[in-house]
Amino acid sequence: MVAQHIAFGFIAASVIIGALRVVTTGNVVHAALWLVMVLAGVGASFLLVGAEFVGVTQILVYIGAIIVLFLFGIMLTRAPIGREVQLTNRNWAIGVVVALAIAGVLGYALIDAFGTDKLPDESRQFTATVSDTLFQQYLIPFEVVSVLLLAALVGAIVLARKE
Amino acid sequence: MLLNEFLLLGAALFAIGVYGVLARRNGVMVLMSIELILNSVNINLVAFGALHGTVVGQIFALFVITIAAAEVGVGLAIVLMLYRNRASIDLDEVDAMRG
Repeated sequence: MVAQHIAFGFIAASVIIGALRVVTTGNVVHAALWLVMVLAGVGASFLLVGAEFVGVTQILVYIGAIIVLFLFGIMLTRAPIGREVQLTNRNWAIGVVVALAIAGVLGYALIDAFGTDKLPDESRQFTATVSDTLFQQYLIPFEVVSVLLLAALVGAIVLARKE
Repeated sequence: MLLNEFLLLGAALFAIGVYGVLARRNGVMVLMSIELILNSVNINLVAFGALHGTVVGQIFALFVITIAAAEVGVGLAIVLMLYRNRASIDLDEVDAMRG
């Protein structure tokens, strides 16, 4: 159990530091690379809690596909590769206040409501269980999501192609 | 492991993502901040699923990951069009619909 806590502390620290760098760094490409660290940390926390399939999917889909999309977006919008002068807008101080307020309210509510709830020691969920549930109870939502992906694909092509 | 460790990590990630959405000017970086928010939701879903010993939380997390991929695809296409039409993706300059 102690090893789990140490691993979680390491993961949480890397996720928080990476996330802070994503929203504060002055370099667009570096922000995408810090985002890799955040996504890998979140995937590791899924593995820690026993959600093996979601953890692997997180790595495959986010780090394998979405980060590449972001890097293509950065390249195609010709962002300066070096440091940009002004990546945050004039109202960033209001953003800090809002973010701190959200963190405070959420933190208070979570500690108040779930202060002592413990996760079960053996919370591992096998991939077979996930797939059985997905293809029995959640088959229709699954098909709807696949249609949504198709619609998003067609929409992205229509938006991005040259006239 | 305490449930709250995961929930507080999710809450911190959410707050950082909200700051990024509010404070960033570059359209691509706003999309990255939205990814942070969606990931914080996934942490919560998986943690609650583990608490109740069910896989439903994981299944909803998978749906969120799928929809995040669709959202990034369409969002980047919109940002690309913005760049093509105005040669800039500074969201502060996109005020054509301002009242």
